[in-house]
Amino acid sequence: MSSASDAFLSLDWGRLAPVLIVLGAAVAGVLVEAFVPRKARRPVQIILSLLAVVAAGLVTLMMALDPDKRAVPISLSSAQSLTLDPMAMYLQLAVCASALLGLLVIADRTVQGDDAFTPQAASVPGSEYEDQARRAGLVQTDVYPLVLFATGGMLLFPAARDLLTMFVALEVLSLPLYLLSGLARHRRLLSQEASLKYFLLGATASAFFLFGCAWVYGATGQLTLTGIGLQTGQHLGMDPILLVGVILICVGLLFKVGAVPFHSWTPDVYQGAPTPITGFMAACTKIAAFGALLRVLYSMVPTLEWDITPALWTVAILTMVVGTVVGVVQKDIKRMLAYSAIAHAGFILTGVVTFTSEGLTGSLFYLFTYGLATVGGFGVIALIREVDAEGHMRGEATSLDQWRGLGRRSPVLASVFAIFLLTFAGIPLTSGFVGKFAVFAAAFGEGAWALGLVGLACSAVAAFFYFRVIVVMFFAGEPAEPARGGLGVGVRTQGLTQVAITVALIATLVLGIVPGWFLDFTGDLSLLVVP
Amino acid sequence: MNAIDLTLLAAGAAEAPTGVSLMWLVIAIPLASAAVLLLAGRVADAWGHLLGVAASAAAFVVAAWAFFELLGREAGERSFNLGLFDWITGDEFSLQAGLRIDQLSISFVLLVTFVGTLIHIYSVAYMSHDKDRRRFFAYLNLFVAAMLLLVLGNSYLVLFVGWEGVGLASYLLIGFWNYRTDYAVAAKKAFVANRVGDVGLLIAMMTMFAHFGSLSFDDVFAQAGAAKVSVLTVIGLALLLAACGKSAQFPLQSWLGDAMAGPTPVSALIHAATMVTAGVYLVVRSGPIYSHTPNARLAVLVVGAITLLYGAIVGCAKDDMKKALAASTMSQIGYMMLAAGLGPIGAAFAIMHLLTHGFFKAGLFLGAGSVMHAMQDQVNMRRFGGLATAMRVTWITMLLGWLAILGIPPFSGFWSKDKIIEEAFIGEGWQPWVFGLVAMLGAGITAFYMSRLFFMVFHGQARWTDDQHPHEAPALMTVPMAILALGSVALGGILSLVGFAEWLKPVTQAFTEVEEQEPVLPVIVITLTTLVLVLAGAALAWVRFGSREAKVPILPPPAGALVKAAREDLFQDTANDVFLVRPGQAAVKGLTVLDTNVVDGAVRGIGWLVQTAGEKVRRWQNGYVRSYAATMLAGVILLAAIVLAVRL
Repeated sequence: MSSASDAFLSLDWGRLAPVLIVLGAAVAGVLVEAFVPRKARRPVQIILSLLAVVAAGLVTLMMALDPDKRAVPISLSSAQSLTLDPMAMYLQLAVCASALLGLLVIADRTVQGDDAFTPQAASVPGSEYEDQARRAGLVQTDVYPLVLFATGGMLLFPAARDLLTMFVALEVLSLPLYLLSGLARHRRLLSQEASLKYFLLGATASAFFLFGCAWVYGATGQLTLTGIGLQTGQHLGMDPILLVGVILICVGLLFKVGAVPFHSWTPDVYQGAPTPITGFMAACTKIAAFGALLRVLYSMVPTLEWDITPALWTVAILTMVVGTVVGVVQKDIKRMLAYSAIAHAGFILTGVVTFTSEGLTGSLFYLFTYGLATVGGFGVIALIREVDAEGHMRGEATSLDQWRGLGRRSPVLASVFAIFLLTFAGIPLTSGFVGKFAVFAAAFGEGAWALGLVGLACSAVAAFFYFRVIVVMFFAGEPAEPARGGLGVGVRTQGLTQVAITVALIATLVLGIVPGWFLDFTGDLSLLVVP
Repeated sequence: MNAIDLTLLAAGAAEAPTGVSLMWLVIAIPLASAAVLLLAGRVADAWGHLLGVAASAAAFVVAAWAFFELLGREAGERSFNLGLFDWITGDEFSLQAGLRIDQLSISFVLLVTFVGTLIHIYSVAYMSHDKDRRRFFAYLNLFVAAMLLLVLGNSYLVLFVGWEGVGLASYLLIGFWNYRTDYAVAAKKAFVANRVGDVGLLIAMMTMFAHFGSLSFDDVFAQAGAAKVSVLTVIGLALLLAACGKSAQFPLQSWLGDAMAGPTPVSALIHAATMVTAGVYLVVRSGPIYSHTPNARLAVLVVGAITLLYGAIVGCAKDDMKKALAASTMSQIGYMMLAAGLGPIGAAFAIMHLLTHGFFKAGLFLGAGSVMHAMQDQVNMRRFGGLATAMRVTWITMLLGWLAILGIPPFSGFWSKDKIIEEAFIGEGWQPWVFGLVAMLGAGITAFYMSRLFFMVFHGQARWTDDQHPHEAPALMTVPMAILALGSVALGGILSLVGFAEWLKPVTQAFTEVEEQEPVLPVIVITLTTLVLVLAGAALAWVRFGSREAKVPILPPPAGALVKAAREDLFQDTANDVFLVRPGQAAVKGLTVLDTNVVDGAVRGIGWLVQTAGEKVRRWQNGYVRSYAATMLAGVILLAAIVLAVRL
């Protein structure tokens, strides 16, 4: 009892503040749902969640800037289950930044008061009950605590230092996302199906992860990453078990990243989930999951590097190729960006599996910039709605046909989206180019030229489908027969999405034109991880 | 870009003169003009074209100023680095975005801005009936800015930004009349070929970065001498791939003919005078790399030789006036490539031919535009003939351009092309004989197809379609043509007299000592033989297409295998189709089928269900989730197998 209370007292609570703030606000959000009158709930929830994420980000930033705390990685708690080293703080900051922008998009609604979420998730799609809920003007405000729970999990994920904490963080971030995916206002069936698929497959992936932990524990008797890392250096005679365990753990994480062949949920879920949620999870989950993957992989380096590299190369190449090639034939914009997300996971993975500080520098830079651009891109998609012949606004227009001539109908949105596409394509003067260049240059420098070549070829092909969207928006004439559901047009909203898009746009351009200081920063971080 | 920090790092630590330090303006002015034209919208329709012309002319004035300042300095002190801003700073990762003003880049800048300005003026009249003229000038300005960035960049990275920029502008301009599907397809083809080239440039850049830790010309060239030959060969071949994509060289040449879908001024500026020669610039600029890797240089020579013959043969069979000129461009760039591959001395003549070609080919294209203007956009040469009397000015300017490309002394082409042929005969072993004879033969074929074009358009019997009333173009079009024609007459001679090769020496021979060598044949023999071949080619064309008695059928006559092949671009498209497109499509199809059936059939089905709302039939897609999970399991097994296999 006394040792437990000692541990409790000796815990560095201040350093846990970011996670505590976010999770605390999430719990408070649940109470808000119970006690605050319905009318006031939405503004209270929005303010609460925005404040929580901003506060978490600021506290992390302050700690990161404090040289005393930054210099030495400190492990929290006597069991050393969390470590807040500079890389963890960097990834947490990246999560906070993307989550903040994501929340802005989530909170926004059109001037008619339409948000992206169904008024009553429990109702059967298309039923009378659903109609009633819509007419009554119900609003699903428990979205905000759910997002905060997920964010809390994402903050823990890259800081986890033992496998069990990592698993708990994984579940904390995943479960709210499964629910959130099913809440789309329009196309309810698609959304619900996405939710269920995500849940079933996510559970499978978690099972693989947990199974892997068991194998690793069996082989080494350790659950902390450093402990495992030390054990792998010694010949235990149980190498195959250890290796399979590590691979199973990686599978669980690669699933979250959306790497091939564990990607099959990505297109369905990205398409089915409410677009603001898609943007949020595409950015934040990727950052958090790559953080965890880095922890696992780099704790095994250098002893297992030669054993796991071929497998990771295979995954990276498959991911880039499948994401790119299948992306080319997509006709739905959300689905296309889903395959693009898969391809980008492959590009980031390329930097990770070089196991060098140069590669890691590139990957960390890439994660941050890609996260922001993704939130911005999906933010734009959330604003493009179908307009039918009578001029009524309907659901989101995601079919590529509906985007024809968007450059004339909504020139500003179309231009901004074009810039996000250019950064995805890796065109110079955008942050995407710098990230790609850093990652591939590292691959070429470290004998991983095969990865570099595949990556270059894929980004050349991928540019084709990004440019196709630009051509469709700006150069294609009106379709011969009217697009099903009506053409897409930019909708007027309360302006939160526009704020998020603007911030993402500025970051994309600034980090494309003057990326040096930021690369320096990620370079310093990577040197702490890769000796 | 607001923090433009004008730090000047002159080669000799000397202060850069004012004009040179203002060189960033030559990029900024057209860029700003393009932005204004695009953003101002319809308001700018009335004066947009004037702004476009003014921007291009202003860039020329600044460039000329800097040029005269460079002229006033010692040969060794004509190179300046103009730092713009620190793009990437870091311990191991630092890049300064800056401009490099030296003999090579200023020559190119003068060509781009001078010819560019003339073509802008010409376009004012040529595009006067187009409702999107303002947008056209915006793209032209954008192109000029990007092209200048390409040649002025002081590192491969800045060059790459310009490289992508000209690709974008070219794409926009080829597809300018994108309501025509085949034009849009042509634009797409150009885009794809250029992307292949871009990958080459990226590979080269990343390899350089990995081995030299820098991308600036100075650093890379300084270290090239000490690098492994294999690395340099990889870089050289990758750069060659990039050059092939941009300059329409074998095997990436097929897009240029289709690019003629763009408005004719575009063909003149981008697809004849400037952008397509960027590949030659890249190879010449990278001379210090090529000088250490004989294999990559041989590859450049082979590509140049193949393309110069290829273009010439295709040019003989084309009835479309613009496509015949495009084939000729391809072939002439082949000459430049060949010269660039010959080493430092050849490189100087490559650039000289690039400049003279820029003038006479732009002049020929503008003339062709004038003919199209007069003949209601007709391009089929079989329906021309006898236009010499109807269009006096156009006839004279094209006559001068024709004499220049044939290489008749003392016209421009003679001075540059003849020198290239001479240089091709220098060397040891089989190389001078093969490349020299190819270059010589190419000159003869060039004479034939260019004379064929000239005679079919202006001489022989009139074979016009009904309702044709050819008339001379307005002065806004003929004056630029006349100025370019002056260049066709005299530029080559002037450049030779003032010692252009000598002027370029500090750039082309910066890192290599070159000893003068003699050709394997006496120079006089080479020159005379070439001239005889040229005259023979022209005479043959006169007999068949020019004289009063020559009968030119209105429909292409049945032809032998070679002519048929040439009409089909020597089956380039078929080859592309068989070797690239079909396997690619098959791969995509295979993966798509997999994705459709296994992965996204479910979503399509559900999507369709939702669209037909109210339908109560809902199929729960259990099986599909199972198949997803099965994919994951297969993945796990695959990875585990790989890991264990490595251990064994």
